Amino acid sequence: MSTPTQSRQQQSQEPGQQPLLKRLLSRMSRLSTWRTVWEQTGMLLVFAVLVAYCWYYVPKFKTLENIDGLLLSVATVGIIACTMLFCLASGDFDLSVGSVVAMSGVVAAEVTNRTGSVLAGIAAGMLAGALVGLANGIVIAVLGINALITTLATMQIARGLGFLASDGKAVGVANDAFYTLGLSSLGGITWLRWLGETGRFGQWLLGLTSPIWITLVSFVVFGILLKKTVFGRNALAIGGNKEAALLAGIPVRLTKIVIFSLQGMVAGFAGVILASRMGSGLPDSSRGLELQVISACVLGGVSLTGGIGSMWGVVMGVLIMGIAENAMNLLNIPTFWQYVASGAILLAAVLLDRLKQRRAA
Amino acid sequence: MGSAYLQFDSVSKSFPGVRALDRVSFSVREGSVHALIGENGAGKSTLLKVLSGLYRPDAGRLVLGGQEQHFRSTSAAIRAGIAVIYQELQLVPELSVAENLYLGHLPNRLGWVNRKKLIDAAEMELMVLGEGIDPRTKLGSLPIAQRQMVEIAKALARDAKVIAFDEPTSSLSARETDRLFAVIDQLKLRGRVILYVSHRLEEIFEVCHSATVLRDGRLAQTYGSLEGVSRDDLVRKMVGRSIEDIFHYQGRTPGAEVLEVRELMGPGLSRPVSFSARAGEIVGFFGLVGAGRTELMKLIYGARRAQGGRVLVNGQAINAASPQQAIAAGIVLCPEDRKKEGIIAIRSVMENVNLSGRRHFSPLGFFIHERRERANARRHVERLAIRTPSLRQLAMNLSGGNQQKVILARWLSERIRVILLDEPTRGIDVGAKSEIYSIIYELANAGIAVVVVSSELPEVLGICDRICIMREGAIVADIARSEATQQKVVSLALPASTEAQLPEAV
Repeated sequence: MSTPTQSRQQQSQEPGQQPLLKRLLSRMSRLSTWRTVWEQTGMLLVFAVLVAYCWYYVPKFKTLENIDGLLLSVATVGIIACTMLFCLASGDFDLSVGSVVAMSGVVAAEVTNRTGSVLAGIAAGMLAGALVGLANGIVIAVLGINALITTLATMQIARGLGFLASDGKAVGVANDAFYTLGLSSLGGITWLRWLGETGRFGQWLLGLTSPIWITLVSFVVFGILLKKTVFGRNALAIGGNKEAALLAGIPVRLTKIVIFSLQGMVAGFAGVILASRMGSGLPDSSRGLELQVISACVLGGVSLTGGIGSMWGVVMGVLIMGIAENAMNLLNIPTFWQYVASGAILLAAVLLDRLKQRRAA
Repeated sequence: MGSAYLQFDSVSKSFPGVRALDRVSFSVREGSVHALIGENGAGKSTLLKVLSGLYRPDAGRLVLGGQEQHFRSTSAAIRAGIAVIYQELQLVPELSVAENLYLGHLPNRLGWVNRKKLIDAAEMELMVLGEGIDPRTKLGSLPIAQRQMVEIAKALARDAKVIAFDEPTSSLSARETDRLFAVIDQLKLRGRVILYVSHRLEEIFEVCHSATVLRDGRLAQTYGSLEGVSRDDLVRKMVGRSIEDIFHYQGRTPGAEVLEVRELMGPGLSRPVSFSARAGEIVGFFGLVGAGRTELMKLIYGARRAQGGRVLVNGQAINAASPQQAIAAGIVLCPEDRKKEGIIAIRSVMENVNLSGRRHFSPLGFFIHERRERANARRHVERLAIRTPSLRQLAMNLSGGNQQKVILARWLSERIRVILLDEPTRGIDVGAKSEIYSIIYELANAGIAVVVVSSELPEVLGICDRICIMREGAIVADIARSEATQQKVVSLALPASTEAQLPEAV
């Protein structure tokens, strides 16, 4: 009988059967620890090289003001990528997030104007997003329609609802309190004032606005949710093998519905923050955002077919995309070329995903 | 008889965790029919895939007519004159018979198909085989046996020198089988090299001159001639030990009734089904493929919605509407298709083991208790002797037997009363099989009611205390171990009219 251990021993006793490189590769891929290290440091390496390059060769990149702007620019994508990670991990994806961001911003602005309460506005924006997500979840998990078609449809619907709610125009908000959500910083907190006296970096930290902190908190919260909770593991298991997960007693439908609802709610929240930063709900904003979010995830090593993904990877993916865009802006590369470049980055990310799967297979 | 034409020389092929072929050598002469036999997982299909260019061997040579071959693709193998006729025929049902015959090299002029030439040529080929099939017929409208003839004609149309048959008679009636054998005889006379893979040993004595027996990926024996070789000789070579050695059956005294199924009805069943299983009892379910065994298990487990009837555990009705409810009531299922329904290939052994029982380890039912999960996984890996380099190893890198043990470990992490095992040893090598049997006995000794669905008659006869036989969506008999004989069980499992299609029991 040939047990795995025996056959491995036999193989090591018979060198020269395969080319050295192939043997090394197959040995490396057999050690899963090695592989995870390689996969994660692989992206980390790309990130490090990119940062080092920008640091030395892109003028003004390393200034604190630029870093601030860079972080702010990835906030929306970063927040939504947290829940997109769950969607992708469980083997689905959500194209409706861009429209949900716009719609929720409009809803939040409208409700704030009508009720005079910012809290009601925020709640309404998040609720609107969550409802779209819930609808996605029910159609996909219960009715069994595929995620591409479903979220393509709700993407149009949410976009339309946003226009309907705003009459097609930007909805300005008269209430000043609405802006504090997106523009406040730690500088307002009395017991943190000492930070400002520690020097420029402390002052910079105090100056960072809330979207950046919210993104950071989202990374941590959803990272824990994925790695340390039954819910997160179930999401990965469903993406890895839906049928097996079902037969192992995992509540597949419920988990999917929760994932999509969360995704909608978080996209709604991101929409509210964006509206607060912009000072108005813009029904035509965030077109193509869903693709940016998915690219960032895939760039971060999240498998498009589900079952594989980590928050670290997503953080890397989001930052790599943000830095690439930021650097291109600083280098005055024309916008049209930037489209080409971001498309190329997405393609590279998908190819990378494919390569990894081939090695896994 | 001619000289050795097809030659395998020390061919090896490994997959992660399993050595599918280990230095296999044998040769087949021109104008002869060579049988390739062995148990499931012995390496027959891997060998065929090497021959057809689907797999490249890790080591060793494949020689055709003195020329060493290195196929880079299946089309290269076809060009070299190899045709493999698989169980699932490689034909396009929407096209006509003639088009199928010449698919890939249709007679044409600048891309325009010469229809007349095509039909004439196809008619010729079919006539040579003695088949009166109209080449204009749509392939999909032909019965299976005739489609197989079309496949053979296709091999001849390509002028294939080596023709390999993979279980060609599995879906043929006795008369169709005779017809096939006549054609094979004819191919032999035309100097073809024929490799014949089958489970049915009687057939092998009927059509083959010589045979190679594979066992666990290695060559067990090559017979240059089958004269004077008995069926038992072949079986012994295939199994490598006698049946008693594998099963180690020990009797037990079953306890109280644990599982009771009353008048259960649902998709896949033709009549309401009732049976019961007692604590410490191993109940076997035998039947042909499609007899409704898997469907019944899924109904009990709540993976399919029942349309009537009751399932009771320890006298309490549970009627699971989902696997979660079944698991909570102490019923678990090891599914038939391990890869598709059992393991999560891209996740680790540890995660696969804890997939279901995890909720017992997390205090709030929300956060994962990593230390307890690791301890649980480690305990079961040791207890079931799961061969894995670490708990972090991905499940896909394990051999079939170890994957099955991972699924068993998953259920041993639960508090179970009834375990439903659907084809627990399918595609597992003999050694791992007997380990799985030991685990089954251990479960029974611990007072769990065990239900084993199997298509392997020796397995059912070898390990079960009682055997339920299913036919066409209903239980037709429920007999004790002492009363069960091969003939009796098989004749009960067969539909009355097709006695001739005995599934070959090894």
